[in-house]
Amino acid sequence: ILFQGEGCRTVPLSGHVGFDSLPDQLVNKSVNHGFCFNILCVGETGLGKSTLMDTLFNTKFEGDPASHSQPGVQLKSNTYDLQESNVNLKLTIVSTVGFGDQINKEDSYKPIVEFIDAQFEAYLQEELKIKRVLHNYHDTRIHACLYFIAPTGHSLKSLDLVTMKKLDSKVNIIPIIAKSDAISKSELTKFKIKITSELVSNGVQIYQFPTDDESVAEINGTMNAHLPFAVIGSTEELKIGNKMMKARQYPWGTVQVENEAHCDFVKLREMLIRVNMEDLREQTHTRHYELYRRCKLEEMGFKDTDPDSKPFSLQETYEAKRNEFLGELQKKEEAMRQMFVQRVKEKEAELKEAEKELHEKFDRLKKLHQDEKKKLEDKKKSLDDEVNAFKQRKTAAELLQSQAQQAGGSQTLKRDKERKK
Amino acid sequence: AGPVESRTEAAMSELVPESRQKPVVPMKPMGINANLLGYIGIDTIIEQMRKKTMKTGFDFNIMVVGQSGLGKSTLVNTLFKSQVSRKSSGWNREEKIPKTVEIKAIGHVIEEGGVKMKLTVIDTPGFGDQINNENCWEPIEKYINEQYEKFLKEEVNIARKKRIPDTRVHCCLYFISPTGHSLRPLDLEFMKHLSKVVNIIPVIAKADTMTLEEKTEFKQRVRKELEVNGIEFYPQKEFDEDLEDKTENDKIRQESMPFAVVGSDKEYQVNGKRVLGRKTPWGIIEVENLTHCEFALLRDFVIRTHLQDLKEVTHNIHYETYRAKRLNDNGGLPPMTVETEENHESNL
Repeated sequence: ILFQGEGCRTVPLSGHVGFDSLPDQLVNKSVNHGFCFNILCVGETGLGKSTLMDTLFNTKFEGDPASHSQPGVQLKSNTYDLQESNVNLKLTIVSTVGFGDQINKEDSYKPIVEFIDAQFEAYLQEELKIKRVLHNYHDTRIHACLYFIAPTGHSLKSLDLVTMKKLDSKVNIIPIIAKSDAISKSELTKFKIKITSELVSNGVQIYQFPTDDESVAEINGTMNAHLPFAVIGSTEELKIGNKMMKARQYPWGTVQVENEAHCDFVKLREMLIRVNMEDLREQTHTRHYELYRRCKLEEMGFKDTDPDSKPFSLQETYEAKRNEFLGELQKKEEAMRQMFVQRVKEKEAELKEAEKELHEKFDRLKKLHQDEKKKLEDKKKSLDDEVNAFKQRKTAAELLQSQAQQAGGSQTLKRDKERKK
Repeated sequence: AGPVESRTEAAMSELVPESRQKPVVPMKPMGINANLLGYIGIDTIIEQMRKKTMKTGFDFNIMVVGQSGLGKSTLVNTLFKSQVSRKSSGWNREEKIPKTVEIKAIGHVIEEGGVKMKLTVIDTPGFGDQINNENCWEPIEKYINEQYEKFLKEEVNIARKKRIPDTRVHCCLYFISPTGHSLRPLDLEFMKHLSKVVNIIPVIAKADTMTLEEKTEFKQRVRKELEVNGIEFYPQKEFDEDLEDKTENDKIRQESMPFAVVGSDKEYQVNGKRVLGRKTPWGIIEVENLTHCEFALLRDFVIRTHLQDLKEVTHNIHYETYRAKRLNDNGGLPPMTVETEENHESNL
């Protein structure tokens, strides 16, 4: 096979061919298929995670506010079907519940990491299947993680640093300052600088909006400098001027959510949804997932050896692992069978015991019965004897009586005879 | 394969000893419809996606199969309005027909409307040209499977490339000789074997030798023969995604295909316009004129409407079939060794 391919030259076209419709063809297929986007909100209870989601997507997602008394950190996930123009989006919002509420927060990050890994694992499992359906797979991997920072105005909490450090190699982190109407403008600038420097000094890699495409390089570059975004969420609409706007009303004034002078909500929406949603999905797949996959496969014992034997070492290791596990399965089966046999034996012994008992009982009853019978027979015999004795006495008595009668009877007879005469 | 597979999967899932309990978060795939009260901007994802694909560019690999002289190279050049086929790329212009089937792939980059495409044309000189053509499809089938193997090798790497180079054959144009009678045994044998591994689009070559009636009859006969022999050409019925697809594709399958085409890279003046055509004593055959031949239909079908679908069917179906078979068999196809490549090179 000869390739005149690598470093192939560009040839000019002498007319309109029509493959410029290719991006449209691809996009149309994607539209027919539908899109999915999965957001993870990490933050302490009460920082306005649900409200922010409602505000971002202009709707009221279901759910009740969480309590502060959760024993551990949990994740709550909901999936929604949204439609805009011809785009069908399956949006999944996952929120932490009870994050930061415990006294001991050492393990707080663990459920979050495990959840993210579980989604990667599910995808990997599908990818490793022999008969797989990747193009119809419902992708549950987290594409963006919004990390809610409490508006203390001072610095990041150690919980925040620890958690973000654990997450930065697994997911695209976008840090945001929640409920930022609690901070004044000057404090906010200082706060942002402090946060950014702390993130840098702790080596936390947050998501950078991509600047390689000229059409978005400028806006993305500017936005990168505004991180972390200071946001406010509100689903209440108030009349301001002659328009209805999302806002929060205070005695001292009204904070407008979509006013860029008041907060960075619009920036967040622009970056998260309108400019970089596709890039977030791509980064998740090509960077975070690949890293997970690589680590997982290496952990499982697979290795990329020399070029000739790559698929075969994978294949062979795969085979070996498969055999190993089939072997283990067999062992387990054996063990179970042994246990089963054991149980059967025990049951048999039990039953035998019971049978023996029954026999003994039967024997006892039989003996009892025989004793009774004998007693009765004895009694009967004695009664019979009595009866016999009585009969004898009766007979004897009758005899006597008849003798006496005969003697007296002859007298009676004489008297009768004389009477008759 | 069923029960063994699920056991293996169960076993695979136990590969990672679960020391901690997995987080109990059921991901519900069924959605709840949320009412939108204002513009969010999620429809911008279309533009975002479009931009990304324009940036990465596209690969397309098209193979042409048929006896020499059926106008394969000319047709491909006409399709892509450019000198992309083997004959024109500064290659050996000898007309010597090779003694065995060879596989020659040439890549070019073409650009239109900001869209960059790496087009690879794979020619198969020697196919059907021998006295004894038994099994002449085998080298072709082998080549196609080798591309799947290449892709699979890349895919199973631990450290994978961001974008795996795609050399898999997305479309195979099979050239039918315009005898006007029926398909030849070689045509049927080839298509029977290869329709299971690659998207085959049969075309009737040099259609300017048939009248309109002859053309219609021939096409009907060809369609019937393909059906009788159980040959599923692209677009395959079983891969129609929805009703819309089915209706559109049914029309193509039952009426238009196989496309009767004429190719040309020469231009002539007709009615004040420059057109691609073939000049004969009895008139100029305009290639892009639908009343003359169906070239425009083929071009629109392959390039303007179904290009992406050809790639997706190759990736989601043909490649997956190959992969599943490969992973199931112990050893499967013979491994690609350096030797094989040397053999091919020596053929030249």
